[in-house]
Order: sequence, then C-alpha cells, then structure tokens
Amino acid sequence: MSTHDEKSDVRIMKGNEALAEAAFRAGMQAYFGYPITPQSEVIEYLMEEQPNYDCVVLQAESELGSINMVFGAAGAGARVMISSSGPGISLMQEGISYMASAQLPCLIANIQRGGPGLGTIQPSQGDYFQATKGGGHGDYRLLVLAPASVQEMADFVVEGFRLAEKYRNPVMILTDGALGQMMEKLELPKAGCLPHTVMPWATTGKPADGERRIITSLFMQPEKMEEVNLLLQKKYQQMEAEEVRYEEHEVEDADVILVAFGLVARICQKTMELARKKGLRVGILRPITLFPFPSKRLAELASKVDAILTVEMNAGQMLEDVKLAVEGRCPVHFKGRMGGMIPSPDEVLEAVEAIVEHKVEMER
Amino acid sequence: MDIPPLTNGFEIVYKKPQTLTETPMHYCPGCGHGVVHRVLMEVVDEMGIQDKTIGVAPVGCSVFAYDYMNIDMQEAAHGRASAVATGIKRVLPDRFVFSYQGDGDLAAIGTAETIHVVNRGENILMVFINNAVYGMTGGQMAPTTLDGMKTTTSPFGRDPKSAGHPLKITNLIAQLPGAYYVTRQAAHTAASVRKLKKAVQAAFQYQKLNKGTCFIEVVSNCPSGWKMTPAESNKWLEENMFPIFPLGDLKTPAQTMN
Repeated sequence: MSTHDEKSDVRIMKGNEALAEAAFRAGMQAYFGYPITPQSEVIEYLMEEQPNYDCVVLQAESELGSINMVFGAAGAGARVMISSSGPGISLMQEGISYMASAQLPCLIANIQRGGPGLGTIQPSQGDYFQATKGGGHGDYRLLVLAPASVQEMADFVVEGFRLAEKYRNPVMILTDGALGQMMEKLELPKAGCLPHTVMPWATTGKPADGERRIITSLFMQPEKMEEVNLLLQKKYQQMEAEEVRYEEHEVEDADVILVAFGLVARICQKTMELARKKGLRVGILRPITLFPFPSKRLAELASKVDAILTVEMNAGQMLEDVKLAVEGRCPVHFKGRMGGMIPSPDEVLEAVEAIVEHKVEMER
Repeated sequence: MDIPPLTNGFEIVYKKPQTLTETPMHYCPGCGHGVVHRVLMEVVDEMGIQDKTIGVAPVGCSVFAYDYMNIDMQEAAHGRASAVATGIKRVLPDRFVFSYQGDGDLAAIGTAETIHVVNRGENILMVFINNAVYGMTGGQMAPTTLDGMKTTTSPFGRDPKSAGHPLKITNLIAQLPGAYYVTRQAAHTAASVRKLKKAVQAAFQYQKLNKGTCFIEVVSNCPSGWKMTPAESNKWLEENMFPIFPLGDLKTPAQTMN
C-alpha cells in the first residue's frame, strides 16, 4: 500500500501532523489553540481536516483564552486537546492548575523550544521541571508522556486521552520542536479506537431527577481543601503504582547506563552502538512517563552499574529525578546542551569515555 | 434556617423560584447580586430550561453564585468566565449558557476574553455587574471606578492622570458585529428590576435563536465597598453612577440588522 494513499493508516507525516490526525481518530471533540512555532502545524492541520470530523476546532485570542475554553469544554464532558510551546504553555499554567484542582481531563501537548523567555524556536527539553513538578500554583501533578518518534507522537495521543479520563487529570505530551517537525513513517491509530464514556460529573444541564453538577477549584474551608489535596495526592500515588513506563536497551551487562528521554534517547541509541563497537558496555534507560518517573527500575540498575550518564537538552532537569532515584548507589554524571542545541552521538560518546577513563584512573 | 410558615390560609403569590437553592446568600445587606441572581433564575424557571442551562461563575463577590443557582455550573478563573462559557457552548450548542462577572473580572483582568468572545459572536449571555469597586478583596479601585471616587487603592480619589477614566466597556462591546443585544440596566428599584427581567428574557430568547452574544450590564451598588448604608448607596448610584453609565439599550436587534 502506498504511503501517499490518504485512506491508508500507514503514512509519512510530520510529528505535529501525526499528533493532530491521531487526535481526530482518538475521538477528540474539541481543540482550542493559538499559533506558536514550532507547533503551528497542529492547528493548521486540524483546521484543514476539521470538516471531516465531528470536532470543534477554534483559534482563540490567546493561550489564556484557549486553556480556559478547554476548561469549559472538559467540564462539559468533551474530550479536549490543546497544544503549544514553552511561552504559550507558561501562559496556560493558570488554567492547568485550575483543571488539576477541579479534576478535569484534557490532553496538553508541549512541543518544546529553547528558552527561557522568548528563547528560540529550536528544539529543547527545558520545560521538564515545569511539566513534571506541576507548573502552576499549588500541589498538583500532570501525567507526562515523552514520545521519541513520530509513531509515538500519534500513539501517545490515544494513550493520553485514556489516562486523562481514567484519572480525571490533565495529561501532557512533552516533546520538542525536532520531533514536531521531522517526518517519519508511522501507522496511525484506527478511528474509533477509544470509545467515549459517560462523564456523570460533567455539566451538561441538571438532570430533571438528579443532582446538579458543579465544577470548581474553590474550597474555602481549609479542612475541605486539605481533603481535596489528599484525594489528588492519592491519584498521583496510584499513577506511580500503575502507570510507570520506560524502555531499556542492553542494560543487562552494562557498565554505564545512559538515561535520556524523547529525542535525546534516540541520539543515545547511536552513542550506545558506537560505544559497543569500541568495547564499552553501554546501555540505555529511556523514561517514557516522566511523571510518574521510573525511579524503582533506575534504583535497581544503579546498584549493578559503574555509573549513570543523564543526557538532556537542558541544564540538567531530569538529572534531579535520576539522583533522587539512584540515592548514591552509583555516580550520576550529566551531559547537556541548551538553548536549542542538540547533542551529537559523538559528544555523548566523549562524555561516556571520560567517565570510563576517570574510573580507570581512579582504580590505578 | 427553620422559619415557620406564615402562609396558612393565604394564597402564595410570590415565592422563591425553584432554580434558587435553599442556601442563604452571603451577600451584604443592600447588595444587588441577590436580586440579579433571582431575576436570572426566574427566567430560567419560567422558560422551563433548568435542565438545559449552564452558568459560569466569576472570581469576585459572586464567586459562590453556584451555591445559590440550582443549575449545573462551573467556577472560572478570574476574568476567564466568558472563555469557559465559550468552551461549554461550543461543545453543547443546544444548551443555554451564561457567564456572570463583575467589573474587575470582565473589564480588567478578563478584557481580552470579553472583547474576543463578543467579537466571535459566541451565542451566550454575558451578565456584567458594575459596582465600580472590587468588593470581595475589600473595596479596591476597579476599571469602572468613577473619577475622584475614593477606594482603598485610590485613597485620595481616582486620579485620571494616573489611573485613567472609568472604562465604559459596554460601549466598546456594542461596537462589535458579534454583539446582538447590548443593554445597560439596574436592579435597585422595583421598576428597574422589571426592566432587567425583560432584558434577561429577551437575551435567553435570542440565544435560543442562535443570534450571537447578548450582553447585559447591571449598574449596581456596593454598600460595604462604598461605605454607605443600602439606602445611601442607592441614592449615590442614581446621582453618580447613572450619569457616567446611563441606563438603556446600547444595541438592539433592529440596529444589528442595519
């Protein structure tokens, strides 16, 4: 079957387009967005294809407007997605905090670019803290999925909607401008792959014989507010128990393990191949869920290896979660590039070699 | 509260609409919010649309509006009620959706949302309570505070050279093609309440007909924020607020057609 056949599920697409098409196929009922590079293809694609689907697609006046439209639509029981990049995601933090508190499901895609500030439009992983530690005000978490291919850009949309609705919590797809822009072959999810369920809590109009529904994040009595907080924490604990996902390569005999997510994990794959050719036993652990973080698996591996090298396109953000998981079981090193720069497999290899040489020197 | 019925042997001709809950309102004596809540819910009752109406509460004194209106409701972030209402209406186009916002909410922090919701002609009702002061936070200057008016953040009176003049956002709204019906009403006398109710009835009818945004400003009082008795505040409302915010229709369907 030709990859240009519009009817085929196998296509060559940009990551941003794959995300958009997968959202339609996953039964998205509303999308509210605002253009920002490097993810404007998402709303462009949705606007173009919208006539073929029963889905609201609206360009709002700002990211503040759009995230609050998401709030309203999600509160009315719709399956909703929104996407943006760093500066826009920062503006949305107000609405995301309110949604976490009001327990509204939605899918947020952050196609990261270099920052801080207006930054650059080149790829980055500088929003890791913002995504995994809450981002807005108050104690809350997002469930964060980090795709590493165009295939996963599509797959994680379906999974993201499913998890958002299971936990009544916003889910974030944390990816970057390179994955958003690059084209790869993928198999799209089938339309109707995620059936809609009734949301009894949604404000669709008070049932004549039932209780009215209120969507709110305001709990003035501290006792009640603490109760809500405890409920949220319980959900996050359940996520930690049930939703941790990761991928690993060649860890069984590894002396050094590379820990990287998203695009960087693919770069590290090449580093691993180069290192193995040189006789260095290198493996990879790639967290797929950034929250919940695969801490348990990392701790297991840390007691078996000489060192861990965390590689990120930032100044060392996931590094903190890696160190918390490793708890001193082995040395944890860091290699990072920032501001839109992408580390090459060779420079990661150099970092690996420096660790190995240092260890050899220490043993002498 | 247990209040013994006083109606034995009498016919009840005026009672609480069933779309208001039993929860006693927290509003200060003389405040207009309770009256406007009641007018809205009377219309919902009379149209028989309790099961089809979704309200959006703001941040401000009426933040607990959902405690009093016996319908499905959402509580929005400060200034975002009309964006939240847009989200609801877009996915449930056959429901009646309204936002209820104060002056700080609608005309300061939420100005962008307000203008663009109306400019898109979202088919909702926006109720705008203008009492020229931030009530809930304790009487600070609002975008609609009058020139020279004293508040806790304009202790020597609003100085237009520094703070600008009161923002007549309803006049701006009326210029937008998406606005179908824009009116400025009051709720401090029996006559004004009757006029307000007519405006609300019209707005819900227009929404049923998918006409576009209906916008009702209620020029109201804030006895606590203004540091007056309820009677004094109503007098002050008429003498000081109405000249700056004159009552009446700013845009009627006939004008929209032209």
